[in-house]
Amino acid sequence: MLSIRNLHARIGDRKILKGLTLEVRAGEVHAIMGPNGSGKSTLASVLAGRDGYEVTEGRVEYLGHDLLALEPEERARAGLFLAFQYPVEIPGVNNAYLLKAALNAVRRQRELPELDAFDFLALVRDKMKLMQMDESFLNRGVNEGFSGGEKKRNEILQMAVLEPRLALLDETDSGLDIDALRVVANGVNSLRGPERAIVMITHYQRLLDYIEPDFVHVLSDGRILKSGDSSLALELEKRGYDWVRQEALVA
Amino acid sequence: MSSSQHDLDALVAQKYRHGFVTDIESDTVPPGLDEDVIRLISRKKGEPQFMLDWRLKAYRHWLTMREPDWAHVKIARIDYQAISYYSAPKKKDGPKSLDEVDPKLLATYEKLGVPLHERARLAGVAVDAVFDSVSVATTFKEKLATAGVIFCPFSDAVRDHPALVERYLGSVVPYADNFFAALNSAVFSDGSFVYVPKGVRCPMELSTYFRINAANTGQFERTLIVADEGAHVSYLEGCTAPMRDENQLHAAVVELVAERDAQIKYSTVQNWYPGDENGVGGIYNFVTKRGECRGANARISWTQVETGSAITWKYPSCVLTGDNSVGEFYSVALANHYQQADTGTKMIHIGRNTRSTIVSKGISAGHGQNTYRGLVKILPSAEGARNYTQCDSLLMGDRCGAHTFPYMEIKHPTAVVEHEATTSRIADDQLFYCRSRGISEEDAVNMIVNGFCKAVFKELPMEFAVEAQNLLSVSLEGAVG
Repeated sequence: MLSIRNLHARIGDRKILKGLTLEVRAGEVHAIMGPNGSGKSTLASVLAGRDGYEVTEGRVEYLGHDLLALEPEERARAGLFLAFQYPVEIPGVNNAYLLKAALNAVRRQRELPELDAFDFLALVRDKMKLMQMDESFLNRGVNEGFSGGEKKRNEILQMAVLEPRLALLDETDSGLDIDALRVVANGVNSLRGPERAIVMITHYQRLLDYIEPDFVHVLSDGRILKSGDSSLALELEKRGYDWVRQEALVA
Repeated sequence: MSSSQHDLDALVAQKYRHGFVTDIESDTVPPGLDEDVIRLISRKKGEPQFMLDWRLKAYRHWLTMREPDWAHVKIARIDYQAISYYSAPKKKDGPKSLDEVDPKLLATYEKLGVPLHERARLAGVAVDAVFDSVSVATTFKEKLATAGVIFCPFSDAVRDHPALVERYLGSVVPYADNFFAALNSAVFSDGSFVYVPKGVRCPMELSTYFRINAANTGQFERTLIVADEGAHVSYLEGCTAPMRDENQLHAAVVELVAERDAQIKYSTVQNWYPGDENGVGGIYNFVTKRGECRGANARISWTQVETGSAITWKYPSCVLTGDNSVGEFYSVALANHYQQADTGTKMIHIGRNTRSTIVSKGISAGHGQNTYRGLVKILPSAEGARNYTQCDSLLMGDRCGAHTFPYMEIKHPTAVVEHEATTSRIADDQLFYCRSRGISEEDAVNMIVNGFCKAVFKELPMEFAVEAQNLLSVSLEGAVG
């Protein structure tokens, strides 16, 4: 589904990704872990198409598309979803309005009929129950005045409504208390399926207690140094990242 | 980064959609201004003597005045002798009914989306259509008359209701008020007149649609709205003009009088031709708008959406004379390309416990310059007065500007005056967030801008709110940057 080959990217003169290679197939859940500054969020940004990042080498294939050639909105309509680490506030823009516009943009692409207000509301209410969100969220400005945890829930709500093929979760666990973490994890788990792939970017093992990954990768200094199954995350939790770097140096 | 700047630039290159010219024979006086021209205008309109005398007084006073230069705008010198002060579609007498209105005129308004046929009006909005210098059609007159409401062209009011006109004309904006008000008082040709008698709630929205068509003319309309004790009225005005390379002057005066317990809601969607993307042509929109809450508990509310004109220079204001009276000002002003807007309000608190609210949203794009200028004045008599001002600017791109000049003069110790101001950019983050949800850049910009303006749009009557949103998105096409 997603095939990243030897990806190099920089911001200005600063090289951040230095030859990253990763293969993600439908139905898989991957966790990318790594210390601060290793390039985790850059990877998410490059995949979603944020401005300001220059790809100097390598390619990314997504469902047969040359992903890097697509505009951000084209990527989204092709089923890519990024749950932001820091979702922005858009004052005055109704949360439900944005979500409906997004859903219908995706549906148009899939050649499905657009949903009217009634069908849309029915769908969203359903998903909000899953996320344990109050309906009043629909009529508030997008992320306007939301707490950190509310913003993260709102991201997963959007994901649940948009039903992406490939979901990238950028530190979705940061800033969540344990109850919120459980709710968010439930939301994510409900989306696991043979047609869908999920890539989680995270610092900590604790999210992985709730969403068990098929693969765990260690990202350091712009490359994937080590890959393994979920036991690797536990080992990282115990031993930190240094030993992986040492190992890589020796190799 | 640069590619998104590029897209934004392309987006801003949106075309003005009302820029056509109606080919119609006009009765236009030659350019130039002197007492003879004023007498000619007055004679053409068959005015009583008091009206002519007032015009001449205004003209003589105007000659002693100088064009003001304090606004934050760049402006070429205006040659007042090069302007024609009267232009009317040719017609022997004024139309008695819509059937007598020139079909070309009706077609013009259809094209502008303002159908004048009463049967076509679904929403039940009464319309007065002013074409260049004269009113060409007023709908629903009879229905309004049964409620006692007078809604007619200003010239008709001068003829049919001279006592009301003489009593109220110039009572809020005196002819000597300022340079452009004096000029307007001397040469104004038409406009709308509304009188809502005691205790009457006007049964429908009233609206005037102003259209400048002829070249080298100025439009100097005058609107006077009087809500007598306990009366309520909501009034809308819309404006468009053809695309021309020369600047055209529009110097209107609007006076509102709200007596005790009366309420006037005045909404404007101004879309005069703004000039092209290089700043050539466009309307100079220099307007004096003021309302007085003359009696206790009166309320005047101004809502404006200013997207057009090369230069907009106006401050719809409220004089809060009556105790407990309320003044409100809600404004969205957009300056794109080379447009300049210097707009805001004055709230003059005279009566006790008077309250005012100001919400101003300025949007600057391209090379546009947007200025908020406002005065809150609380006089020694205004015990317990309160004001709340919120003034937000949104910048798109890096070549535009936003400026805020709030003035406050507080002469009573019990006054409570609050002022909040923000300046923000359409953040790349917000755009990216929307796009990463599958929404196109253009739709994302519209969404964000409309969100920014929400507090003002919700004050507009329903039909107008939709129009205002559409207008804003048209005026912003290509403005992302």
